Amino acid sequence: MTNPPKGYSAAAEVNKMRERRSQWQIVKLELSKAPYSAWFGILVILAYFFVALFAPLLAPHGEAEIFTSSFAPWGGEHIFGTDQIGRDIFSRLIYGARNTIGIALATTLVSFAIGGSLGLVAAISGGWTDQILSRLVDVLMAIPGLIFALMLLTIFGSSVLSLILIIAVLDSTRVFRLTRSVAISVVVMDYVEAAKLRGEKLAWIMRREILPNIMPPLIAEFGLRFSFVFLTIAALSFLGLGIQPPTADWGSMVRDNASMIQFAKYDLTAALTPMIPAGAIALLTVAVNFVVDWFLDKTSGLKDEH
Amino acid sequence: MSTERGKKGDILLEMKDIRVEGFSDERWHKIIKGIDLTLHRGQVMGLIGESGAGKSTLGLASMGFTKPGCKITSGSIIFDGQDLIKANDDEKRMLWGTKIAYVAQSAAASFNPAHRLLDQTVEASLNRNLQTKNAAETDARNLYEQLQLPDPNNIGDRYPHQVSGGQLQRMMTAMAMSPRPDLIIFDEPTTALDVTTQVEVLVAMRSIVEKFNTAALYITHDLAVVAQMADVIKVLRYGHEIEEAKTREMLVSPKENYTKSLWSVRSLEKPESPSDDFVISINNVDAAYIGGPKVLHNVNIDIPRGRTVAVVGESGSGKSTTARVITGLLQPITGSVYFNGEALPPALKDRSKGQLRRIQMIYQSADTAMNPRQTVSEIIGRPLEFYHNLTGSQKQERILELLEMIELDESFYDRFPGELSGGQKQRVCIARALAADPEVIICDEVTSALDQIVQEGILQLLLRLQKEFNITYLFITHDIAVVRAISDEIVVMYEGAVVEQGLKSKIMAPPYPDYTKLLLKSVPEMDPDWLTNLVDKRD
Repeated sequence: MTNPPKGYSAAAEVNKMRERRSQWQIVKLELSKAPYSAWFGILVILAYFFVALFAPLLAPHGEAEIFTSSFAPWGGEHIFGTDQIGRDIFSRLIYGARNTIGIALATTLVSFAIGGSLGLVAAISGGWTDQILSRLVDVLMAIPGLIFALMLLTIFGSSVLSLILIIAVLDSTRVFRLTRSVAISVVVMDYVEAAKLRGEKLAWIMRREILPNIMPPLIAEFGLRFSFVFLTIAALSFLGLGIQPPTADWGSMVRDNASMIQFAKYDLTAALTPMIPAGAIALLTVAVNFVVDWFLDKTSGLKDEH
Repeated sequence: MSTERGKKGDILLEMKDIRVEGFSDERWHKIIKGIDLTLHRGQVMGLIGESGAGKSTLGLASMGFTKPGCKITSGSIIFDGQDLIKANDDEKRMLWGTKIAYVAQSAAASFNPAHRLLDQTVEASLNRNLQTKNAAETDARNLYEQLQLPDPNNIGDRYPHQVSGGQLQRMMTAMAMSPRPDLIIFDEPTTALDVTTQVEVLVAMRSIVEKFNTAALYITHDLAVVAQMADVIKVLRYGHEIEEAKTREMLVSPKENYTKSLWSVRSLEKPESPSDDFVISINNVDAAYIGGPKVLHNVNIDIPRGRTVAVVGESGSGKSTTARVITGLLQPITGSVYFNGEALPPALKDRSKGQLRRIQMIYQSADTAMNPRQTVSEIIGRPLEFYHNLTGSQKQERILELLEMIELDESFYDRFPGELSGGQKQRVCIARALAADPEVIICDEVTSALDQIVQEGILQLLLRLQKEFNITYLFITHDIAVVRAISDEIVVMYEGAVVEQGLKSKIMAPPYPDYTKLLLKSVPEMDPDWLTNLVDKRD
């Protein structure tokens, strides 16, 4: 055996040492480079969540509090007037943020829990497990989503719980397909094989070896899915099968006040009333999409090691 | 087409004080730190050095090109009287592909899979209107013939996936040659090929470069290869030039210590010691992948305890499949694997924790063998926790001990794999295997992705660990220098069957079976006349 050449040591080999930054520093650095659209999106989302969290403090009146005058005009005690049975529209808008966002968030989380874990199982196990799960998802996806949801809601009734579960299950098909396709490229890595050889259980491989490596596309998808779920709930409420009164919700608020549009020639503000919850829905969707676009740009585009 | 070709010996390319910087991690880093390079017409210069030395960057810079995210910050590049630094993109584009051609490492990634090979070969000539389509195609067929491609008249009608890797690499040389460039840049053109294929490609490339009096830059980290190809060798390290000399001078008497150390790897040799206490016996194993043909035919291998058995053979010979059968990733159709005299369950899921612990594996590519989202301590710590139930400070102590064993210090404890060099990554993989406290470690081409000097470090480490802990290695490799350095016994495999097994001294000495002979003869030696002699003998 010869001696190692002088001056050689394994520890001194050249390598790319990344600067140590705390999570917070990284976030700050990224934010400082974010485009205006992303900033706009982040601010809008934060504002919505602030309103949703502190709804009881911010709203001047109760969610289901009924006043004597129905269809009251804008201004005065009721900033945006009252609705057909005399509830304060501004207060209901604020409570609506809490309900609509809360339910959409819960639904998205459940759909990711279902779709994500099954997608990972399918990717790791392969073979029959993968076939059965994937075909099942194909069947679910073959039926038009909104119509399927309407049908199931009629069968199980429109409680908040069944609303969340039904939409979550239907939406988890998309999550399943995404998770499975990104996880499959990680599953073939040697480190996953090494974990299998070590004798690790399925759950450990899913959680520790694969999940951290597929987070970026999943987080981006989470934002997008949230928007879609949010719109689905609004649409279902508009159709009368979503969130049930007296709980305030933007979708049903649009429907309840839709008839006021025909008063446009007498009172423009009255005609705008149904537009306000619709605008709130649109604004949040646009904001979430701005943020997701930026995030996808960051993670997919220049993620190479170089 | 007839352009004036300068005389042999005129200066073709002159680069002075080239500096290149690359942008990463929010900063500009120096990649090339002031290198001069002069290349004469018809001369072949070998650029060697470990990865990160700046070989490829310098090669590309000679075309006036840098990879995205890099820039040439100073220096001058005069190619055939034209200043490439001052030239605009259109002027450079007129040179590229016609006067300067580039042959990349991965031919498979460089061809468009949707077009026929012939169309791609003549593309550059046609785009620049150098030749008519007919003339260019006839010429391409001639080139195919000179490059010894089979059926030169029709092979151009195939698509890239219809020819082998070695043929594709020769195709790419034909493509580069088609417009008769003055300079070809070969960027590790044979690194991805088997030794037996490599010889053919080298012979073809050398003869065609000589024939058309083309100058070439030959970039590689394989000294023996560069010795066959180059007239002059330039050694690079960390973006600096270490030395430049004529090939023969450089081989006989390298001046600098660094160059000497590059040469020393080849002299590493482990004295063999026989033993017949077998830890693993593979008995009459046949195996196939699901739905595929049989890839192992009646394989019998005995692995003695505390020794190294090297499995050699070209890709597709069943080396890695054998490893998969031992680890249980692939169940054999017939036959079984005995471990300490006991038959191992064929399927991974039926094996006990203890059985799994005793056989560990180290992979070729340390990059994909470690989870990029786990730190070194998590990677090494997991087997400790999993097999030995170590936690807290006990685990931490053991991790530090293991780091010391692989000659890394505690500053590596919290690093991510992305922050390690290639050699360090492989060391961490070794530590992960050691953490299980195994009896057998299967090493699958563990050094082939590494530079010579780093390779030597890893081999020394493995030898030391074997001495200290009496570990048995099954060492899969195609590099005969590595085999010499580490093995006691050798198994030669060909097309899924064992050609022979025996002590190193027996296998490496005549009489050889045909395949062993071919394999041993195909390994380039550090002798500039080796290839010439080999070709002469054939004729």
